[in-house]
Amino acid sequence: MGRFPPGSTLDGVLRIDQATHDAIVAHAKRDHPNEACGVVAGPEGSDRPERFIPMVNAAGSPTYYEFDSQDLLALYKDMWSRDEEPVVIYHSHTATEAYPSRTDIARAEEPNAHYVLVSTAQTFTGQAFSGGDGNSDGAVSFRSYRIVDGTVTEERVTVVPSPETTDEDRSQP
Amino acid sequence: MAVQVRIPTILRTYTGGEKAVTGAGSTLFEVIENLESNHPGIKERLVEDGGLRRFVNVYVNDEDVRFTGGLDTSVADGDQVVVLPAVAGGSR
Repeated sequence: MGRFPPGSTLDGVLRIDQATHDAIVAHAKRDHPNEACGVVAGPEGSDRPERFIPMVNAAGSPTYYEFDSQDLLALYKDMWSRDEEPVVIYHSHTATEAYPSRTDIARAEEPNAHYVLVSTAQTFTGQAFSGGDGNSDGAVSFRSYRIVDGTVTEERVTVVPSPETTDEDRSQP
Repeated sequence: MAVQVRIPTILRTYTGGEKAVTGAGSTLFEVIENLESNHPGIKERLVEDGGLRRFVNVYVNDEDVRFTGGLDTSVADGDQVVVLPAVAGGSR
């Protein structure tokens, strides 16, 4: 964190609900050491990431991800039929920080999307490399960026309670 | 022969914001040439060195044209052409 754009507007924030945030993190952990990837779709123009759609990393690689071509088409046709767009496009880095690589920047072609990067680098190496930086408690780094015309702008991530929150949940202290 | 071409967000600057435009031609290459005449600049975003750009996916009636002849893929009246940028990246 810490690279907030000066004069940030509302566009400089990703608002995401707890359940969706947790689902992305869980997907990244599950696919580690390969990169995990997916989308959170939402109503077109709403900037609300609502429908979590984990995708298969067709590259099956610890350093690269790519949606399968037919999966990609099916995903978009489904979103179009619901008047949705990809509000979040996420993937994990499994050995490096949660910051867009040159490849990520070159391939970012959804100017309206929040590009979420999750790093599991500290999550699983904590046991293998004792000492570390005190950050090896299974924490997953979760950061969000706008990537437009090769320019990366980090934005704040605000995690809000899930809409599925029930009365029972709310009664908890 | 008229075909509908679905344009991804990133290329809608060439189509005045339109999500879909009408193209004409009997092959994908001809359709792209026709698009270029109405939406100058779009061809370069799709084609490179005489082939489809590596990270652009084009589908004719849901078939990825990489498996149906690339730019030589035949199109017929009423066909649906979809253009989608690849979703890809990675830590290197």
